[in-house]
Amino acid sequence: MLYSFAVHFSKMTSVSVLTAMLLVSCSENVPPLAEPNQSASVLRTRLMTGEQYGNTIAQIFGEDIRNSVLPPIPPMARTDGLLASGSAFVGVTSDQISQIQQTAAFIAAKVVDEEHRDFLVPCRPESIEEPDPNCAGLFLRETGRLLQRQAVDDIRLSELVDIAAYAAEQTEDFYAGLALALESMLISPEFIFIVDHSEADPNRIGQERLTGHSLASRLSFFLWNGPPDIALLEAAESGELHTTSGLNVAVERMLDSVRLEGGMRAFFDDMLGFDEFNSLAKDPLVYPMVTGSTLRDAREQTLRTIINHLLHDTQDYRDLFVTRKTFMSPSLAVVYGTASHQGWVAHTFPEDSPRQGLLTQVSFLAANSHAVRSSPTLRGQALRERFLCQVVPSPPPNVDFSLLEEDEHASTARERLEVHNTNPSCAGCHLITDPMGLSLENFDGAGRFRETESGAQLDISGELDGVFYDDIGGLAAAMRNHPKLSTCLVNRLYAYGTGGPLSLGNDRDILNWFESRFVANGYKLPALLRDIALSRAFSSVRSEKTQGKLGIVEPARPFRLAEPDWINNAETN
Amino acid sequence: MGKFNRRRFLQGALNGGAITVGLPLLDVFLNDNGTAFADGSEIPLRFGTWSWGLGMSESIFVPKKTGPNFDLPEEIAALAPIQEHINLFTNFHVFKDDAPNLCHHSGWVVLRSGIAPMTSENRPGETIDVSIARQLGNATRFRSLSATATGDVRDSFSYEGGNSVNAPEWSPLRFYQRLFGEDFQNPNADSFTPDPKVMVRKSALSAVQDEAKKLESSLGSDDRARLDQYFTGLRDLERRFDLQLSKPDPREACIVSEAPEDLPTGLDADLVSLRHRMMTDLMLMAVACDQTRVFNMFYASAFSATTQPGYDKPHHTSTHEEAVDRELGYQPKTSWYTRRAMEEWAYYVGALANFKEGDGSLLDNAFIYSTTDQSFAKLHAIDGIPMFSAGTAGGRIKTGLHIDGNGTPGCRLGYTAQRLMGLDIESWGDKSNTTSSEIGEILV
Repeated sequence: MLYSFAVHFSKMTSVSVLTAMLLVSCSENVPPLAEPNQSASVLRTRLMTGEQYGNTIAQIFGEDIRNSVLPPIPPMARTDGLLASGSAFVGVTSDQISQIQQTAAFIAAKVVDEEHRDFLVPCRPESIEEPDPNCAGLFLRETGRLLQRQAVDDIRLSELVDIAAYAAEQTEDFYAGLALALESMLISPEFIFIVDHSEADPNRIGQERLTGHSLASRLSFFLWNGPPDIALLEAAESGELHTTSGLNVAVERMLDSVRLEGGMRAFFDDMLGFDEFNSLAKDPLVYPMVTGSTLRDAREQTLRTIINHLLHDTQDYRDLFVTRKTFMSPSLAVVYGTASHQGWVAHTFPEDSPRQGLLTQVSFLAANSHAVRSSPTLRGQALRERFLCQVVPSPPPNVDFSLLEEDEHASTARERLEVHNTNPSCAGCHLITDPMGLSLENFDGAGRFRETESGAQLDISGELDGVFYDDIGGLAAAMRNHPKLSTCLVNRLYAYGTGGPLSLGNDRDILNWFESRFVANGYKLPALLRDIALSRAFSSVRSEKTQGKLGIVEPARPFRLAEPDWINNAETN
Repeated sequence: MGKFNRRRFLQGALNGGAITVGLPLLDVFLNDNGTAFADGSEIPLRFGTWSWGLGMSESIFVPKKTGPNFDLPEEIAALAPIQEHINLFTNFHVFKDDAPNLCHHSGWVVLRSGIAPMTSENRPGETIDVSIARQLGNATRFRSLSATATGDVRDSFSYEGGNSVNAPEWSPLRFYQRLFGEDFQNPNADSFTPDPKVMVRKSALSAVQDEAKKLESSLGSDDRARLDQYFTGLRDLERRFDLQLSKPDPREACIVSEAPEDLPTGLDADLVSLRHRMMTDLMLMAVACDQTRVFNMFYASAFSATTQPGYDKPHHTSTHEEAVDRELGYQPKTSWYTRRAMEEWAYYVGALANFKEGDGSLLDNAFIYSTTDQSFAKLHAIDGIPMFSAGTAGGRIKTGLHIDGNGTPGCRLGYTAQRLMGLDIESWGDKSNTTSSEIGEILV
């Protein structure tokens, strides 16, 4: 079994090298083609994520009200690499709805309290002890439009005004009445769920497209991770979003907006699996310099690096894996062993530093380690799953782990993991995670640099899909040039933008088209965002027939685009 | 005029005046053996779950003796103070049939849902607490409550369906605020003032329900099911609003403490222990105040990453990498983690037993179902998976027993629990896990 696996692995390596060479050589010469004719996406009903809920409250009612509540949204199941894709499948339990109601009541009361009402309610009632349908109607119409991401119809508005009036009578308080009507909107499924609606496309007989409002929401949650603003809603209502020029104007405005940065931070936070930081901690006995604020700063450091590199400097995405430019905070300076300055400052690691690219940042190294030691397997798994969209499946069923006892004389992780890499049951996975994970063993479980482990020298040479290297710089270069690196970003962004997992059968052509454009545009993120947002696929809808079973896939079912079949199972250590 | 009609509002002269309302006792699900409050009112039955990770070291966990007065091997020595309140079940099996043995997943999913999952993402059916909450939970503000000692909102063994997990409370402060914040009605308050806002909320719900129905009709079948679930949740809100309009029965054990300080994140065993005890105390106060009658406490996940200060292997890693000590016959470091779990199980049961209610304690009127994910985690074994129960369920259950299951389905305990809680089911479980056999040895 071991022999046959080794042969298999060896074949894979050769094939992947060839594939890589072909992909690289082809992609650099492929001119941008026209968008595939039949490209379209899937209608989704997404639960707002916690951050989207918070951003909505902040945008409509202000940051202070957002900061006074925890979003009452359940955690999403990571689906094909993204929490955002899990939002298309997650259900809301009765318990969760009770939390949604409690939060709604709290927010509504805040909006109309004496501190906020003069800013957030656009009129004054004739008497604060009695109903005022006119003033209530004005507030509810404007606020409802923003909350529901489309105009509130007259019947619903009339109901809301009635609620406000009756509640004002009962409580003898106009604002209490207004709050109860607002609360009713905040528990409405039209607010909590982002529902795609479609209509016949008058320009393409027999085809469906998103309605203007649904397109506005899809664009807005994609690029800003929040709801449409008034200008975007107006573009939807006027029909401009369905014209080429109108859509161009809207997308350019969104790309130029300061909100783009928040939107892309949310995307990369999701793609990199940074939700792990919400419960991450290090053993204070082993890593006394790492506190909660250190880990928060580590997450922030990587997001700052990405945003600065991709949006501010408009650099090549691949160079994120070799860049020495980043930002430093005082608590991180202790871990990195650099000079400390007040607050966040730009920082460039010297040429002889082992810090090079995202893989050598504390966020990646610490999040993919145990609380008390590093983990080459977790790091290797994260490298493949987060950045290359490859799936390292769950541990194999029925595996006998009795042979995996650690050699008590082992000094280094490489020696400890030897048993995994020679045991056929484990080697399938460990051989695809450990070689590159071991190359990061110069960094301990908190991401600090170390020359040795337990007094033993570290062998950090390794191999990534056929590319052999001797040091961290070699791994960084192998990642930068890996053919799946850009494919993965394109796939993740498109899934994120359209709100759910991709379909290998239906989306292959459009994804190839996006990637060819991405390559031709020098791997620049803004150009890719523009391509996706303006594409026909983004705003067109596949018919139910061609949607297949997408709507009922299990969360986290592995999605493999041209995935090598040599990825077997193994337990992570 | 919209569809919303003022006639939908409740009729009543509730304009904020303080009144004292005497309500009939909520007499559902009581049993003849139930003890009583000091005022003579009956005490409701409760159902709880508790979970720990990664099983046991069989040679020092399973007592030699069965029946009463069983011996306490060293791994469960911490249970001595609560031995009289619990039952220990060993040699019960989880059956996978044609499903794979999914590491750290099959065990807990079968014991909580009765069905073997086909993939590690698969959560079939619904969990036992959800079924029981549908029966017991209608009379309380929360149908059920879940809390975790891990500080991680993703850790839960309670779900309504594969994609609908009951997210646990993970922060003591947040849990306190949710339980005893603005909406809390102290059952022992002298007077009761129905809040007119609640009446408005209840009436306004019908308009939201109409919206949900309207939206549902425009969706595909799977999304319709999700909206339908939302609709069900809105109906449950309506039930809760009704409760808020009634004066709650007094509960002598309900004494609300001060808000707790929050804790840092982390899985150091001492920190987990502290968090577990804080969450347990809050949970039991919620039960004592009759805010819920179904409650889930999660001590550690199936892949427990609890750490031991100064030891480089978290619990899960230790189960696989630590050698079985030839002299001892078990993995000493791994056993350390299990012993810590047993200390917390002892705390949990002890807290229930010490919570005076009526002539007895909370534990006298509860049944606690306690499970793990493996028997011998090193091998991912699910045969002989250990379980506990605690409490007498209102005098219906004998305690202090060690029961040998002789290889019968572990689902028998879950089936017994559901029958105890009044569920009219003839059997529970799927394929080889199916059972219609209660564990008769513990029934009074």
